[in-house]
Amino acid sequence: MRIESWLKSNTFHHSTFSDLNALVGEKQKQNLKISLCIPTLNEEKTIGKEIVIFKSELMQRYPLLDEIAVIDSDSSDQTREVASAFGAQVFLSRDILKKYGEKRGKGENLWKAIYQLEGDILVYIDADIKNIHPRFVYGLVAPLIYRPEIHYVKAFYDRPLASSHGSRPSGGGRVTEILIRPLFSLFFPELTALIQPLSGEYAVRREVLDKIPFPIGYGVETSHLIDVYHRWGLQAIAQTDLDRRVHRNQHTRELGKMAFGILQTFLKRVEALGILGKLPELSTTLRQFQVNNNLFEEIPLNIVEEERPPMIDIPEYVAKFAPA
Amino acid sequence: MAEISSEQENRVAGSFEEILTMLPFIEEASRALQEILLANLVMIGEIPSPTFEEDRRVEFIQNRFVEAGLHNASADEMGNALGILPGTTGEQNILVVAHIDTVHPISVDHTITLRPQSAIGPGVGDNALGVAVVVTLPTLLELLDIELQSNLVLMGASRSLGRGDLEGLRFFLSNTEIPVSVGISIEGFPLGRLSYDSIGMYRGEIVCSVPEEYDWTRFGATGAIVTINEVINHIQEIRLPRRPRSTIVLGSIMGGQAYNTIATNAVLRFEIRTESEQIGEEIFHQMEAIISDVSSQTGADINLDVFARRKPGGITYQHPLAGAARRIMSALDIQPRKSPSTSELSAFIGYDIPAITIGITSGEHQNTPEEEIAIEPIFTGLAQLTGVLLAIDRGFCSEN
Repeated sequence: MRIESWLKSNTFHHSTFSDLNALVGEKQKQNLKISLCIPTLNEEKTIGKEIVIFKSELMQRYPLLDEIAVIDSDSSDQTREVASAFGAQVFLSRDILKKYGEKRGKGENLWKAIYQLEGDILVYIDADIKNIHPRFVYGLVAPLIYRPEIHYVKAFYDRPLASSHGSRPSGGGRVTEILIRPLFSLFFPELTALIQPLSGEYAVRREVLDKIPFPIGYGVETSHLIDVYHRWGLQAIAQTDLDRRVHRNQHTRELGKMAFGILQTFLKRVEALGILGKLPELSTTLRQFQVNNNLFEEIPLNIVEEERPPMIDIPEYVAKFAPA
Repeated sequence: MAEISSEQENRVAGSFEEILTMLPFIEEASRALQEILLANLVMIGEIPSPTFEEDRRVEFIQNRFVEAGLHNASADEMGNALGILPGTTGEQNILVVAHIDTVHPISVDHTITLRPQSAIGPGVGDNALGVAVVVTLPTLLELLDIELQSNLVLMGASRSLGRGDLEGLRFFLSNTEIPVSVGISIEGFPLGRLSYDSIGMYRGEIVCSVPEEYDWTRFGATGAIVTINEVINHIQEIRLPRRPRSTIVLGSIMGGQAYNTIATNAVLRFEIRTESEQIGEEIFHQMEAIISDVSSQTGADINLDVFARRKPGGITYQHPLAGAARRIMSALDIQPRKSPSTSELSAFIGYDIPAITIGITSGEHQNTPEEEIAIEPIFTGLAQLTGVLLAIDRGFCSEN
């Protein structure tokens, strides 16, 4: 029942917020600053377009964004050069908070963005979206501007609530439907209302972001949802339908790695929250197999889901932002 | 230059030289619009817009016209997107048009990739860039602090290509109450293109169908592909004069279903292009005779369908509009390439409106999914367009 009412009150469609003049007006009235962070690793083909569109539409034409920053994990292609050429601020992840070392993973870039960027609201957009459009940003930011009780807005890419032709399955990805939804159904049933809990696009208030830890790998989205839900409740979360997202497909083997990382994060969370009791020491080796000349070969992969602490625990951050 | 008299130069406020000296500054200043122009290019280009299915692109352009504060921003019943930037006197009406349809079907991936030096994707140059320039033009003029005396009518023209046969622009010109003084047709590329006259053209298809119950023991029993090949062989034998220049373009051929099935259908798409209306008619009649002949020999059903015709015409080399365009291009180090047109220009010619077609940047792989345009020359192309607009606006392009 609670899920039903949440779906009604906290699920949006981007078209609701297409009046950008009104949105910018409300943002200015609240004196909010909004930062866009694009975490990158070898995204030279799509990054230029993302920056041009967001800069033109959401900085020059409608001043919704105050800064656009690319936080890069040492791309070996031209990602940083292309992003700079089109006028984005470009940072190497390892150059931010150097004292705390360098970890490899998207979550690391998202975490460091909290320190590096100035916004009261941070919006994260993946760099591999082929059909990029301003709605990817305003659709996520708008619920935070119009609804003060909402802290975390997640993207999804379907219309499961608006079908006029009877019911049909809503469209999560493979890892969502095979792993996350069953896990949430078992342990956090209310979180199943999120249509695409793993989508890489979300907007969050700084005062929430700086208080949650950041797994640096595959588990960052899952842990965010659990942490925000646990601390602020389902009412603090919202989701926006952004219609359609075209991106590159991942091989099943890649999805296996993702699922392994997410499971590690998930189990740590349910253990920390006292839901499962004490777990034995878990292996960090994912064992996948391939056939070579009719022989099966094991491919062991060490995947460790390290975690960064809440940014509020970092003295440099406290000194920079001096939160009350 | 001979085509613009000194008397003409003195008659209007400001000299032509003044426009020429402004060009480098316009070129430099227009760089400030890089993001806006490229964002328009990407958003327009990623909306599929095959001929007769341009609605979504029209909606986008219309929204842009409304946001730019254009008067009468609207779409007409033919699906043209229109808006007017009023001039200070409104004595002239300059129509700046870009066709919004493409040759790419909706099923093609319309993703555009943006690199620092280039943009790549189907239709990015033909004609997403042309449309993006039309849409960005009010912002450019505002940035340059240019207020034209003339009304500027901006138009994204629908149903231009193939079977569309310029239906959008023709509809507008035959139904509008706005007396259009001059037309400028914008193509994404190539920069340096200067068309001011149109060649005569017949565009059509030869469709060959062999009935399923065809008697395969008869001559031509190898099916529709061989039959259409016979037609092609005869077309190749048509004697074409060197002057007036004339050619038959065999542009596309389709036919058959599989490796091992005799083809029952084949389609040949062609254009007859000629500087002479009479030669065009003669070639067309010869093609009719060929088809009748091959059809009677083979028993195949061959149909000649001509769905677009253009009469040759346009303004002359000496016309002040052509001359002004050449001077502006020359001042910007653009090498003008006279290129007879079968595009929008033909519609203007049909209504005796002096008009030119110009390109905005360099590009390659036209009409393929890898179509690519260069970004840097776009600013030269924008300066060229602005210069031509100023020249028209200040009266340097009128024969009177």
